[in-house]
Amino acid sequence: MSFVLAALAWIADPAHWPGPGGIGTRLTQHLWYSVLAVLLAGVIALPLGLWIGHTGRGRGVAIGISGALRALPSLGLLTFLAVALGVGIDGALLPSTIVLAVLAVPPILAGAYAGVEAIDPDVVDGARAVGMSERQIVTGVEMPLAAPMILGGFRSATLQVIATATIAAYLGLGGLGRLILDGLPVRDYSRMLAGAVLVTVLALLVDGLLTLLQRRLTTAGVRASIGAD
Amino acid sequence: MRWALANAGQIWSLAVNHVVIAVPPIILSLLLSVPLGWWAHRHPAVRRVLLAGSGFLYALPSLPLFVILPVLLGTRILDPVNVVVALTLYGIALMVRTAAEAFDAVDGTVRESAVAVGHSPTQRFWRVDLPLAGPPLLAGLRVVSASTLSLVSVGALIGVQSLGYFFTDGYTRSFVTEIAVGIIGTVLLAVVFDVLLVLGGRVLLPWVRATDTRTGASG
Repeated sequence: MSFVLAALAWIADPAHWPGPGGIGTRLTQHLWYSVLAVLLAGVIALPLGLWIGHTGRGRGVAIGISGALRALPSLGLLTFLAVALGVGIDGALLPSTIVLAVLAVPPILAGAYAGVEAIDPDVVDGARAVGMSERQIVTGVEMPLAAPMILGGFRSATLQVIATATIAAYLGLGGLGRLILDGLPVRDYSRMLAGAVLVTVLALLVDGLLTLLQRRLTTAGVRASIGAD
Repeated sequence: MRWALANAGQIWSLAVNHVVIAVPPIILSLLLSVPLGWWAHRHPAVRRVLLAGSGFLYALPSLPLFVILPVLLGTRILDPVNVVVALTLYGIALMVRTAAEAFDAVDGTVRESAVAVGHSPTQRFWRVDLPLAGPPLLAGLRVVSASTLSLVSVGALIGVQSLGYFFTDGYTRSFVTEIAVGIIGTVLLAVVFDVLLVLGGRVLLPWVRATDTRTGASG
């Protein structure tokens, strides 16, 4: 337990917070890369997922791709892109963001199409019958009804990205993973544990916030119907 | 390709190491998740605690967990046991919800008929609930298998030998081929494991020939 106390003392030490290698910078970097990657993945996966759910086309392909992406080792993908894109030790933002986004695509995609698919077809037919266009059906009916699952997909994507961004520190990318990897060769366990504790707390905090958001953004009607099931 | 042939010995021994580290967590996750899932299925209060707990576990990033566990377990940081324990925790986190939902999905009338023909609760578990929950459990296990095999390689960052070594070594040498060999090797292992699980499922669950195509959609 003394290790844990040493790690907490390391975090509490004000001298470890400021500066380019300080906790403050690492935390900001970690959040910045994560947000960037989830946004990038969302721009690609959300429309695609909604389209698959709405049309029912391409489901098999989406499941196949998601499964394959899950089996791809993130560390391998990360190092491969870094070397293949010819990025040096310090400019790893592009490959890291791409890899993190690639990891975030399957959960967002799955949340979107599974959410839309789970909607009662009668509801969609009803919307069509009252004269809504396909676009209106997607934005006005399917998206709100599928919102809990869409947001659930974003939530697991975000967690995965925050976790993997730790590994991306290996490529010279900043972030909290640096504390762990810098501490490893010099056997500075306090620093490594401090990094580990900080990433874990960050992941749990963000998860908690997104859970709250998921509840807030679900409309009252959808909440009621979920409760009734 | 030439590199792979020239280094076949090393690839083989790292792949064996990879498998040796990956197999215990996959088996342990199944063995631990089924009773936990059953328990959660029976008691709503337990369910809430377990699902919150598994959400918590899954939110823990792997590299930090590999670093924290030696302190908690009293093992050395390079000990593969840390990786095995960490991956088992992830496996359970992935699997408990699936297991609870698998038992929930067993048709209530089937369960009542089993009671009606005189099955004791134990008999009902082994002869009715568990066999009928088999297909979703298998689907969950396939997810655990793929994610475990992929996560083993992260251990390379703290020096635990696996195919992940090709990632760190290939990166320091800027050698794409070596990294590609590591990726292909890991994916091949994942495919082999998946095929074995599906075949194992056919043998153990002969009554589900008409497999439900939807089981692959979860997660």
